[in-house]
Amino acid sequence: MAFTLYSLIQAVILCVNAVAVLHEERFLSKIGWGVDQSIGGFGDEPGIKVQLMNLVRSVRTVMRGTTEKSIPFINIKHRSACI
Amino acid sequence: MKERCRPLSNPNIVSIFEQLFTMDLPQHGYRASAKPRARAGPHTGDPLLFADTSSAAPPMNNQGYYTPGYSIGGAPVGGPADAGVNNLFADPMASAAMMYGSSLANQGKEIVNKEISRYVSVNKLKYFFAVDSKYVMKKLLLLVFPYTHQDWEVRYHRDTPLTPRHDVNADDLYIPSMAFITYILLAGMALGIQKRFSPEVLGLCASTALVWVVIEVLVMLLCLYILSVHSDLSIFDLFAYSGYKYVGMIFTVLGGLLFGSDGYFVALTWSSCALMFFIVRSLKMKILSSLSHDSMGAGATAKPRLRLYITVATAAFQPIIIYWLTSHLVR
Repeated sequence: MAFTLYSLIQAVILCVNAVAVLHEERFLSKIGWGVDQSIGGFGDEPGIKVQLMNLVRSVRTVMRGTTEKSIPFINIKHRSACI
Repeated sequence: MKERCRPLSNPNIVSIFEQLFTMDLPQHGYRASAKPRARAGPHTGDPLLFADTSSAAPPMNNQGYYTPGYSIGGAPVGGPADAGVNNLFADPMASAAMMYGSSLANQGKEIVNKEISRYVSVNKLKYFFAVDSKYVMKKLLLLVFPYTHQDWEVRYHRDTPLTPRHDVNADDLYIPSMAFITYILLAGMALGIQKRFSPEVLGLCASTALVWVVIEVLVMLLCLYILSVHSDLSIFDLFAYSGYKYVGMIFTVLGGLLFGSDGYFVALTWSSCALMFFIVRSLKMKILSSLSHDSMGAGATAKPRLRLYITVATAAFQPIIIYWLTSHLVR
């Protein structure tokens, strides 16, 4: 399995995109990962679930801000017969 | 004064040299102030462009002694402030263009420095390259045989960690980067010995190794964030600890080249054990010891286990990736 830097960038973009398209109302609230369910526990050690929810929310916020400012059209070519 | 103002009559390069050396040399005071300038001179004409043009013009006049093969019409002088000193430019437009070009180059250099320092803190990066030979020797020995080392604590000096020059437990980026390049060269050599070499393979090998290290660093960052481990591991530290596996890879490939398949597996086992021990002992200090500051008693019982899992998982990942990246080089 030989990686190139391009495939790494591709993988990172696709993963970030996958996290960004998780819909807040339709999906995350249903499984208890909504933004309104992370408040509480003001101790100094937030749990794993709270950290993950914060991460998802911040990724979505950053991606939403990026697409609202300028609409980047990322053209990912389908590469067949990769090395 | 009159001799120094004499213009060149013959534009030939060789004769320019002759006429230069028959001209009256400036006083010693000039030479002393222009010594750093003169040192950079003989190599190419480039020091002229990237030299510090903010210094006074007189030191630039000594550039006239070197004609780096520019066009015959203008030997570069750098636009002397007083035109009477070295009148090598027959064409004032060329000297103006030269000054403009050098100022543009300086602006470009400043912009590049500013942009780079916005993303990467250059001072922090310099800490990781402050090494000397004694440190490198001791660290390499530690990476190959870490079992007898007693004290794994990173020493501090008034809140800042000591540079690698003074503390063998500090991590650096010099060894990983040199080991990476050595690994690429060794991979090329190993493939060449087996007559499987082509230039594209080198680039593929390099990018594969780099990508695996980047993946490991990203996964480590993610785990450290999710488990809210407040350690002082910066991203450069993670690159350093991930990059130390290149030393193990070099050792393994050498064993495989010198002693065949058996030597490969022996070297693989040895370097994997040594690297696992090294990583566990080093990261234990950084990740697990941060517990002592902020453990709150009952709530922190789950944390030490998870942190231990991270450390052990990082260590266990090393032999896998060493095997993955070196097995195809040694058949």
